[in-house]
Amino acid sequence: MNAESPEQKVPRNVDSWAAKVDRLHVADNVREVGYNVEGKRVAGPMQGFGRLWQRIYTADLGTAVTPEKLVENWRAHFGEYWPSTGRFHGAVASIQPGNVAPLNAAGVATGVMVLYADDTSFTFLTPEGHMFAAMITFSGETVSDGSTVAQIRMLLRPSDPLWEAGWPMLQRGEDAFWLGTLRNLATDHGVPDAVIESETVCLDRKRIWKNWSNIWNNAGVGTAWHKVTTPFRRRKTDQAT
Amino acid sequence: MALNEAVMSVAVLEPGAVSIGISGDVTAACEQALMAAHEEATDAGAKLVILDFSGMDYMNSGGIGMLVTLLVRGQRRQQKLAAVGLTEHYRQIFELTRLDEAISLHNDAAQALASR
Repeated sequence: MNAESPEQKVPRNVDSWAAKVDRLHVADNVREVGYNVEGKRVAGPMQGFGRLWQRIYTADLGTAVTPEKLVENWRAHFGEYWPSTGRFHGAVASIQPGNVAPLNAAGVATGVMVLYADDTSFTFLTPEGHMFAAMITFSGETVSDGSTVAQIRMLLRPSDPLWEAGWPMLQRGEDAFWLGTLRNLATDHGVPDAVIESETVCLDRKRIWKNWSNIWNNAGVGTAWHKVTTPFRRRKTDQAT
Repeated sequence: MALNEAVMSVAVLEPGAVSIGISGDVTAACEQALMAAHEEATDAGAKLVILDFSGMDYMNSGGIGMLVTLLVRGQRRQQKLAAVGLTEHYRQIFELTRLDEAISLHNDAAQALASR
């Protein structure tokens, strides 16, 4: 290996990235709600089925907070900013690269993995079966007038034909959810009347038909099955004890 | 964190094979420069686009997102994408994000050309 070999360079943000894993594992204390995540692989936008969308939500927070402080708070209280339709079962401490967090979105049990986190941004990847095969980045940045803008930027494809068919409804649900999140975030930083905007662009209209079989991992179906079979699992546990 | 502006350099390696050398910091901020380099590669008749990361200092998750966008543009033009010169760390990031399923990873341009 010569002196110019790329293997010898150590990136300066190496600690900001999650370590490589083949399968996701949830912590023991949230295993009960992580049944649709445990053992699954991550699924980025290229592993989804439906059209590829870029969605951006922004909130202008003025000079109320710096991007670094905003992201520090966001990472520390992530689930607390969610509207009541969702529940985030993250770690007690701040969001860290490699965390696997189960969540409940509109009754569907699913989760995320923290791919990347630094002072001004953090990024999630979704597991197989999630509504979207997606990469979602939350960030704070200073814009030209000196204001701090909180941003949620998503690249996503509905994961399978069922979720693709439900896209019009999912899209409305996502809008309500993330705009509500930004409103809560802004209010918590003393800007209850922040200007909040959204933008949606279709980047690829083609569906990836080879990924139709993602349907076998569908988290909605998995959640329904889990609920239906709960009494039987309880009976089995009672008998065992 | 101070960023080193990314610089893109386009070179035709063989008929139909074009390399885009990427140096500096790869973030969402260099999307315009990368897409312009990709246009130049396409105009040069690229069917194989080799992204050469050997001069890259740093990449954040915005850079990964940008590569997804580039991949879609390439697929629309029936192009294959390959990546060379990645450090072991970034090679693992490509594998973790499963980008390696769509962008083939090679040690160098010669290996990428041989895999055509």
